[in-house]
Amino acid sequence: MQMNSEFRERQPIGVKNLSVALTRHRLECRQDRTDFLKHGHTTWLPLVRKIKQQISTDPTLITEYPHILGIPEFTRRATQLALGKDSPAIVESRVFGIQTVGCTGAVCLGAELLRSCYCSSSSWSGPILLSSPCDDSLAGTFKAAGIEDVQYYRYWDAESNGVCVENMVHDLENAPEQCVVVLFASGHRPTGAELSQEDWKRVAEVMKRQLFAFFLMSAQGLCSGSLEQDAWPVRHCVSLGLELLCAQSFSHNFGLYGERVGHLLCVLKQNLLAVQSQAEKLVQTLWSCPPMEGARVVATVLNLIPSFTSALVCLGKEPPLFKKITFSFSITQCNSQQVDFLVQKKHIYLLPNGCLNVSAINSRNLDYVAESIHQALSSKL
Amino acid sequence: MSIFGEVPQAAPVAVFKLTADFREDQNPSKVNLGVGAYRTDEGQPWVLPVVRKVEKMIADDHSLNHEYLPILGLPEFRSSSSKIALGEDSPAIKDNRVGAVQCLGGTGALKIGAEFLRRWYNGTDNTKTPVYVSAPTWENHNAVFSNAGFEDIRPYKYWDAGKRGLDLEGFLGDLESAPDHSIFVLHACAHNPTGTDPTQDQWKQIADVMKRKSLFAFFDSAYQGFASGNLDKDAWAVRYFVSQGFELFCAQSFSKNFGLYNERVGNLTVVAKDQDNLNRVLSQMEKIVRITWSNPPSQGARLVAITLNTPELFAEWKDNVKTMADRVLLMRAQLKEKLKALGTPGTWEHITEQIGMFSFTGLNPKQVEYLVKEKHIYLMASGRINMCGLTTKNIDYVAESIHEAVTTVQ
Repeated sequence: MQMNSEFRERQPIGVKNLSVALTRHRLECRQDRTDFLKHGHTTWLPLVRKIKQQISTDPTLITEYPHILGIPEFTRRATQLALGKDSPAIVESRVFGIQTVGCTGAVCLGAELLRSCYCSSSSWSGPILLSSPCDDSLAGTFKAAGIEDVQYYRYWDAESNGVCVENMVHDLENAPEQCVVVLFASGHRPTGAELSQEDWKRVAEVMKRQLFAFFLMSAQGLCSGSLEQDAWPVRHCVSLGLELLCAQSFSHNFGLYGERVGHLLCVLKQNLLAVQSQAEKLVQTLWSCPPMEGARVVATVLNLIPSFTSALVCLGKEPPLFKKITFSFSITQCNSQQVDFLVQKKHIYLLPNGCLNVSAINSRNLDYVAESIHQALSSKL
Repeated sequence: MSIFGEVPQAAPVAVFKLTADFREDQNPSKVNLGVGAYRTDEGQPWVLPVVRKVEKMIADDHSLNHEYLPILGLPEFRSSSSKIALGEDSPAIKDNRVGAVQCLGGTGALKIGAEFLRRWYNGTDNTKTPVYVSAPTWENHNAVFSNAGFEDIRPYKYWDAGKRGLDLEGFLGDLESAPDHSIFVLHACAHNPTGTDPTQDQWKQIADVMKRKSLFAFFDSAYQGFASGNLDKDAWAVRYFVSQGFELFCAQSFSKNFGLYNERVGNLTVVAKDQDNLNRVLSQMEKIVRITWSNPPSQGARLVAITLNTPELFAEWKDNVKTMADRVLLMRAQLKEKLKALGTPGTWEHITEQIGMFSFTGLNPKQVEYLVKEKHIYLMASGRINMCGLTTKNIDYVAESIHEAVTTVQ
């Protein structure tokens, strides 16, 4: 087994959660470092803790192998959460859901499903269109599934400091037919920048032209504070009669990062059972069946939606500093030298592309972070 | 018109279809001898007492959070799991050349190992490297390796239906004729589905050939402790290979021996020549994990780690495991006795000679069909039965039914 290695003890840079990347930060001893460790804990929803305790003492709950596609109550609720209870797709039984190992697992499974089932071909290999920029592991996930032809549509526009929907629509209009397009329904990574509903209407019109939508919805409820609003792009496409996949994460909105709770939603026009059977075959080769604990918690909570919604509104509060952010991640406009300055001189750890996790900012470090970013942007480095 | 309009219906997984049919069956005498999960003498799933205890500890521990685990998993889980497989005093562990990846059950461990081997084992493209799986084997082995990109998956002789035991000569013959550097998937103990393991002496012969031909040993260890009731005894084969200097993978599952089927607790133990090689291997495995499930679920791994690292809990767990193994041994002994008492034609020694959850009864497909349709006893078409499905209440009925099947159906 001979190869070169970049292996080091710490996490690679592309990690999702800033507080995990702070492992390296812990080695530092400066007194005036931004004290994320003491005050930047992830938040427990009290409801989640209570439910976990209930689960641990419930004698009727057993540890048997679950269904390959996951806990039925969980997939039912996750589907309703994304599409709305009265969605035509649900009413017409044109949708099925699969419990997956986090959002990554959902994307991985969706990629495998597309490769084996899309376009009546036993080996469709692309193209798949990702946003520019996007999470660096996405392309790798699709390529590992055998979808080699990965291309990009323009999304973030540095000059206008936002999404340029004109560019995006132009690129989609010029994409080959039957291309699969990855769209971000809530919490775009890494920019945190969202499309308006009017923008989405334009995008959906283009998608009707023989493009297939693969939505990523990583933070439903945490962007606008409304579960319905954050899911609007998906629901709008469904209302237009489009078939689509949607990968949902319950890491952020439940704070259940470590439990790997994800869901892959499949909205089809027909042949549901056959596609479901193919998905089962694929799950068998990935993880056989998904882990229970986190999904049990989520299923229980989703049965109590009103209390959950108000708990989410508490989590969704953002500091006033950034106006354009919707959820955790935001682009700071810092270039690589400026990012380097922040990391090396100010001990503020953010991603090399200038993207940072806003939820790691709190009342104690807010001034320090703001002043440091100001320094980075205004000094000659 | 749907873009998925031409997708064919895939055949259901046989063992789950069997359970589904069993559930629908209204007959009061029905018995499920299909899926490989432990049952008590009341025919119920069993949450190990130590598991209940530790689950509660975890839920009440306010210092724990739900942060993402590292990509390779919970460190204390990985190291303690590898120790379970290789032994507390393993020289390989002392030499710092053992590492591990926490995975989604045994399936996930096989998956990550397979993906790694396809990319990096012998050159950078192993799609054509032969992968050998036993004939028969767990039905999912083929699919996992195939989906990882291996194009040449072959059977190696294993089960001798005539003598109802290991076909050692055939096995060694296939090892000899395999191209050098082929990959062999070996069952560490309690072979699924036959329940037939090589003896220590036979393992030595197998290891000899594998070493000479540089064949890669990929152990699948899903029943450690469950087979004989003794963790060390069940790990003998893996440890022997390590002592012979093999670099190898061992995909461990804690589904059966912890009863944690639905929390997906697995560990891929990697034994390399030295620490430098180990580190580079793990770094590449990390990249594969990242694009598959990003990082593994914490609940089950935490539970296992706490249990393995706390002496009283560890002792309690070993005791729970022995309880399960002992019940299986009892059912084996009783089934054999009853068949002998009934005078059922054929030899039934293999029922107590075989080990672990499963027994390859030797019943042919017609006899199996008879049992399923006429007697409402559900078993795999291969004649495999899950001994855990037997209880003191149903064992007479099952023995009589097998007797009927053997004497009336050819």
